[in-house]
Amino acid sequence: MSVFETNPEIVFLFAGLLAILVIGTSTGMIMGRTVRSESGIETVRNINSRMKAWWLMCIVFTIAVLTVPAGSIVMFSLTSFLAFREYVTIAPTRRGDHRVLFWAFFILLPLNYLLLYMKWYGLFSILIPVYAFLFVPIRKLLTNDVELFLQRTAEILWGLMVCIYFISHVPALMLLDIPGYSGKNATLLFFLVLVVELNDVMQYVWGKWLGKRKICPDISPNKTVAGTVGGILTSSFVGMLLWWATPFNIWQALGLSLMISVMGFFGDLTMSAVKRDRGVKDYGSLLPGHGGILDRIDSLCFSAPLFFHVVRYFFT
Amino acid sequence: MISDFICGTVRLLCGATANWAACPFDDKPRIFFANHSSHLDFLLLWASLPADTRRKLRPVAAKEYWTRGSIRHYFARSVFRAVLVDRKNTTAKSSNPMSAMMDALKGGDSLMIFPEGSRQSGDCVGPFKPGIFHLARKMPGIELVPVYLDNLNRILPKGEVLPVPLLSSVTFGSPLQLREGESKNDFLARTRQAVVAIKER
Repeated sequence: MSVFETNPEIVFLFAGLLAILVIGTSTGMIMGRTVRSESGIETVRNINSRMKAWWLMCIVFTIAVLTVPAGSIVMFSLTSFLAFREYVTIAPTRRGDHRVLFWAFFILLPLNYLLLYMKWYGLFSILIPVYAFLFVPIRKLLTNDVELFLQRTAEILWGLMVCIYFISHVPALMLLDIPGYSGKNATLLFFLVLVVELNDVMQYVWGKWLGKRKICPDISPNKTVAGTVGGILTSSFVGMLLWWATPFNIWQALGLSLMISVMGFFGDLTMSAVKRDRGVKDYGSLLPGHGGILDRIDSLCFSAPLFFHVVRYFFT
Repeated sequence: MISDFICGTVRLLCGATANWAACPFDDKPRIFFANHSSHLDFLLLWASLPADTRRKLRPVAAKEYWTRGSIRHYFARSVFRAVLVDRKNTTAKSSNPMSAMMDALKGGDSLMIFPEGSRQSGDCVGPFKPGIFHLARKMPGIELVPVYLDNLNRILPKGEVLPVPLLSSVTFGSPLQLREGESKNDFLARTRQAVVAIKER
């Protein structure tokens, strides 16, 4: 049975997404004709390359959602792989970490997603938070390298949590068994990712338009009070308007979107703080205009587990 | 086809970005020289070149390693078209490494060399062996392109068999030449410094 038969609402959601992309792209094109100033041209160029990357990401995401569960698990495991490689690249690991990193990339990461595919939630929920935390330091003992042992162990473990465990809570939404909502869990994925990414985009838009007062210049020089508040309110409002496609009523949809947006804001800031600490501007150069994949999904990393847990606790 | 496959795999594994900003494109024979810390060094440098340049680029490699076993020998001879030199027996006329390299350059091909001689551990650039100087002296006017390979010592360090797929980069510096009357030590220090300068930028 195709997704469309069990879940007709998702057709409207994707149509809406397509409309947003078309509006974004044409806005960029119109601005490109009218803007004359040096900084304006630079902004338009940045918007246009971001829009190209958005088209690509939306196409990949659409395919992933329409091929649930296997497709979304494959897509998010690749996302985790790329994010974790960007993270470890800027983390100061030593020669003694080589073998344990190999395990992280090629054993722990696939196993984490395999457990999702097997719907084995019990083991999935403790594989990284418990067993990776036991395994990583034990494996490191074999290398006899104690220099910065605590720091190096903590770095790898936190990377596993953020880039693999947290992100895998997006496809984990497929596991939830919500009464009267079977076969429609793909909408939950869509809802979460849309609210998070819309929040990022609207923070940028509001910030460019009205932003003056910086909210935390040491961590993220582009974040302004107006941008942050405007972004969070806009994405919460849009999330609320999508209540009809979700198992939530209109106020629940508003509350959840607000929670997703606020957590996304903190995720974004946390991953920026890591970049400042390591003295890099972007995590990579995979997505033109955005930076690396971790620059794009940093907000999602923090929103996904919380959204998953709240829905699991209150709606199943 | 084999070479396209190898290039694709290596680029994917090493997440490599190639940066040509400081090095204008040129079709004439040149000598690329790079720091050496991993078995992947040569493969990545080779994979990050445009296909036309790659076909004309021949790595200089150790004969005793690349003729051991028929598969290795096949790759060295037919896929990479390596110029195999004898690291131990350099005085024998039959296997003079310098003449093999000069023949390749005169034939219109470029060379890729690792002047440190063997892989270093960690990310420091070791002292250069004099081969690069002798080659530059025998081929007056030849351009030498410094290349810095970043992070490969973390992807596949010396002594490891399994790679960890981090991101790496290949940066080409501005070409340099042997100056009139430049001494061996000065030239070796200058070429080494050219690689270090890219790293520290």
